[in-house]
This record gives sequence, structure tokens and C-alpha cells, in this order.
Amino acid sequence: MNTPSNLKYTKSDEWFDPASGAAGITDFAQSQLSDIVFVELLVDEGEDVTVGNAIASVESVKASAEIYAPAAGKVSAVNKGLSDKPETLNSDPFGEGWMIKIEGGSAGEVMDSTEYEKYCEGRTH
Amino acid sequence: MNKTGGTIVEPTIFELSSPGRLGVTMPASDVPETALPPKHLLRSELPLPELAEVDVVRHYMRLSKFNYSVDDGFYPLGSCTMKYNPKINEDTCRLPGFLYTHPLQPIETVQGNLVLMFELQEWLKEISGFAGITLQPAAGAHGEFTGVLMMHAYHKSRNDSKRTKILIPDAAHGTNPASAGMLGMSVLTIPSDARGNVDLKALTAACDDTVVGMMLTNPNTLGMFDENIEKVVKMVKDCGGIMYADGANLNALLGIVRPGDLGFDIMHFNLHKTFSVPHGGGGPGSGPVGVSQRLLDFLPSPLVGIVEEGDDDIEPLYGFITPKQSIGRMKAFHGHFGGGLVRAYTYISMHGPDGLKDISQYAVLNANYLQARLRGTYKIPYDRICMHEFVAEGSFEGSDIRALDIAKRLMDYNFHPPTNYFPLIVHEALMIEPTETENKDTLDRFAEALIKIAEEAKSQPELLHNAPHITPFGRMDEVKAARELVLCCWLPENYETMK
Repeated sequence: MNTPSNLKYTKSDEWFDPASGAAGITDFAQSQLSDIVFVELLVDEGEDVTVGNAIASVESVKASAEIYAPAAGKVSAVNKGLSDKPETLNSDPFGEGWMIKIEGGSAGEVMDSTEYEKYCEGRTH
Repeated sequence: MNKTGGTIVEPTIFELSSPGRLGVTMPASDVPETALPPKHLLRSELPLPELAEVDVVRHYMRLSKFNYSVDDGFYPLGSCTMKYNPKINEDTCRLPGFLYTHPLQPIETVQGNLVLMFELQEWLKEISGFAGITLQPAAGAHGEFTGVLMMHAYHKSRNDSKRTKILIPDAAHGTNPASAGMLGMSVLTIPSDARGNVDLKALTAACDDTVVGMMLTNPNTLGMFDENIEKVVKMVKDCGGIMYADGANLNALLGIVRPGDLGFDIMHFNLHKTFSVPHGGGGPGSGPVGVSQRLLDFLPSPLVGIVEEGDDDIEPLYGFITPKQSIGRMKAFHGHFGGGLVRAYTYISMHGPDGLKDISQYAVLNANYLQARLRGTYKIPYDRICMHEFVAEGSFEGSDIRALDIAKRLMDYNFHPPTNYFPLIVHEALMIEPTETENKDTLDRFAEALIKIAEEAKSQPELLHNAPHITPFGRMDEVKAARELVLCCWLPENYETMK
């Protein structure tokens, strides 16, 4: 499991990059969901989001999941190409698979990578 | 059958078409010719297949043999209650008096049908402990939506407009949040505790004056009866909320527990699960809804009732009545009458009160027997006495075998796989519901197949990865099917300009 140390993590398995404002789903989340077949971004550029707002809806062959904003602020960019290539979330969740960028984003309740790794371990067996 | 390596090739009806081949021969016209309608009203581009009758019959007969149904074998699909549907239902729903009536006939001419509906309403009231019943909803989720509309109407009638939040446990059916969402309500998920009950601490934190109500499946999708159910009901009602029961798992409770007595305000029945109306194939389902006294006036209209009292000499006249603050009509006409209501009526009258109780006791016994036989081979994460179903994990320590592989391999043993990957709170879930209609031999064969598959997972994992092997079609590429969705087999030539 990959957990870059420069990122912050939520209990609902989103990541947030305080430096760039980018957010998406974690490597753990994509591996639990398995093959992702559908992504719909629920917010647009210029919208304000608060922590916990649904920002995307993701479906895999196993399950569907809502993705929540890990930080509050103005959405400065959305990854429009994602809906045509949902498999990007499986192959590169922290890179090409970014979902939105939140400008001036102040993160909600987040963990660092060590804490998040421990949190994930507790949920597999 | 043309079988090649687990894949039978059956062309589509379009591929079987041959230009000019006909199913019927039209006689010579014996009326004068008239002009065709104007050209813009005619279309010639529809590529209807051209086949003889016998070719059509054989094509669909071959396709039907690829199918697997509850009449073929064991079908332990969790929370779906795929019980055997007694064939006497097929006789009763085809009785001419039921079959050849029209919903707009004068009530005096369809008293038999109305008595059946009235008595079914009364029986469902007695079974569930509710004060009133509507038979209109077409299926379970439609019943849920009916229930959510009534919750909304109830709060509105009290000018209580703050309430926007529906509480739904994470062990509920997936349709519950969807039904609440249809009315724009926000959904708050309540986690389960380690024993598979509603987490009371989380519920306490969620209960406030913005709660519309709670939608609870009991027994839940873990097959667990909530041990604190009376406390849960009280907490939600104390904060002004309405308790909704998802009746999909009612097959565990008949004659034992009545949701109305537990304090629930609303519940939908799935006649196509609990009461032996055929389930699957797209319908027709039937999802009557029961309500407590305080919601009686909000029931959909019309209900079946007595419109003229009878006496010693004259039978009462049955007809339609409208509740005072009714949310209105939920369906054209009166629900799935012949397809659903007559079959359920037959089933209930055939069993009677003691027979219904037997159904639930055998359903629970069968599930517990299977759980006991599989314990030790498969991990049972919420391991206590279950109700009519239980959830096992379809994975093994140090193996890459997943629930999907096990489900596919079961098909090679001539069993329909259980529900998999649901509920979401169990890792690699296999949700198994045997129902009461299966005998011990069938349960043993199924348990032995699953135990054998667990051995195969260790000794020959590729056998599972590539399963099924003996079915008309082998392993489907589910990812490709979902990512490259093709919903139309044919596009008109001018499709681009039509867009």
C-alpha cells in the first residue's frame, strides 16, 4: 500500500495535498473498491465546498461510494478527463487520479501517512 | 447444443434473420386499397428480424435452457428470499374471475376480487401488527418511497419543517438511502457495533429535532436481529422521528415478532419474497405498506373497504375508500392484482397462522444449520445465532481467492451463488439465505460444495479463478462490461443528426 508522506488522509479514505490543494482517493480505497468503472465529479470549478461535502461518486464492480471533500475552500480545478478514464483511479490514485483542487483549502480532521497506515491495517485482516 | 469450451454459441435473433423469411402468410386483401399515410409518418429503417415461427420458438427455447431458476435448484441469494413458489399459485391467479376482470369494472361486478384484497389487507395487518395497509406499491423500493412520502406528509401536517435527515444503519438495504434521496432528504449513516446491532452511541449523537425518521432492516443484512431494537425505536420516536421497517427480511419473523408491536410506524412487505410471489426476472413484484395508527390518514388512495354495511340477509358491499389526508395514488389502478396479490393470498390461506410460523422457524433453522456446517471453513465475522440468513467471508488467509471466485465456482456444482459483496461492512461478503423450502439433503450438498471449494482454493486455485467451467458461458469480463457499456445493438443511420 502506497501512502505518500507529504499528504494528509481522512477516515473516509480521501487524500489531500496541503501544498497544491489537490484531493482524491487513496491507494487503500482503490484497492478495496477493486476495478473502478465509473466516476462522476459532483462539483464544478468556482464552487465552494465544506469538509464532508460529496465531491464525487465512484462505482466499481463491487460497490459504489461517495467521495467527500477533505478540506474546505473554493474549487479551483476539477480533473475533467477522469470520467472517461475511471481506471486511472486504480493505476495512479495520487497522481493522474486527482479529483479536484481546493484553493486556500483548510483541511478537516486528517491524519498523517503513518497514522493512516495504522488506521488501514486495523481494517484488513 | 453447440458447446465449445464452456461457451455455447447462440446467435442473436438478428443474426438468425434471413431477408424475406416470414412467420405468417397474409391472405389476399379483400378490402379496397387505400393510400398509405404521409411519408414522414412511415419508417422503413427498423431492422426487424425475419424468421419463421419455428426458428423463433427454438431460439428462445435454447436461450431459456441457459437459465437457472428456483425450479432448477437451490438459490440461496441473501436478503432476496428466493423460496420455491408453489404451483397452486399459478392455478388460482388464472381463475377466470381473477384473470378476466378489468380494473375499471363497476364494483358490483368484481366483489370477489375486492373481498380478496380486503382480506389480504386484514391478514397483512394481523401478521405485522399495523393499523392499515395499502396494496398499491409495485415492489419493495416503491413501498419504501410510499413510506418516505407518508413520513414527509406526517411532519408537514404538523408544520414541522425542520426535519430533513433520515437515519439509515450501514447494515440496511441499499434501496433505503435511495428512497430517502428521492425526496431530497439527507441520509446519515449509522454504523453497526461489533455484534451487528445499531451502534447506540452513534444513534444518540444523531437523534435531534431534524430527524425525519429511521429506516431499519430487522433482521438486518447480516442476518442479525437487533438486540436493542426496543431501545432504538424509543430513541428515534423520542426525538420526534418515525420508525420505518424494511420488511425484506420478514421471512424470519412470521408469527413470532410483529414490527407494529415493536413500535414501528411503517413497513413495506415484499410479497415476492416472503409470500411466494415469483421473484426476479424483472417482476411483477408487490410491495404493500403497513402503517401505525398515527399514519393511517396518510395512506395512498384508494384502499379497499366496506362501502355499504351488510346484515343477516345482505352481504356487505366492498369498494374503494380514500384516507382523509392521503398522499394520493402511487400506481395506476390497484397494485399487481393477479401477479402478486392473488398468489400471496393463496399462500397465506394455504398455510394459516401455524403454517406461517413454521415457515419462519424452518427458515431460521436452515440458515443456522448451514452457518454451523460452514463455521471453521469460512470466517463468520458476526458469529452468533443468526435469523434467516448469515454472512461469511469469501477469502482465506494467504490466498488471493475472492468471494467472486467462490461464487463462480459454485455454479460448477449446480448451485446459484449467494449474494456477494453485500453487505459492504463485511470484507468479501457471501450472504447466504437458504429459505425454509430446502430439505437437509440440499443443505448438506451445498455445505459440502462450499467446503470442497475451500479445499480447491488451496490445492487448485486456478480452478476457482477460471470458474465457471460447465455453464453455457464461462467467466464474464465484468470490468469491460461496466466500462464499455453497450446498451443498443443497433443505431439508426441518421443517429448522429438525431442527437
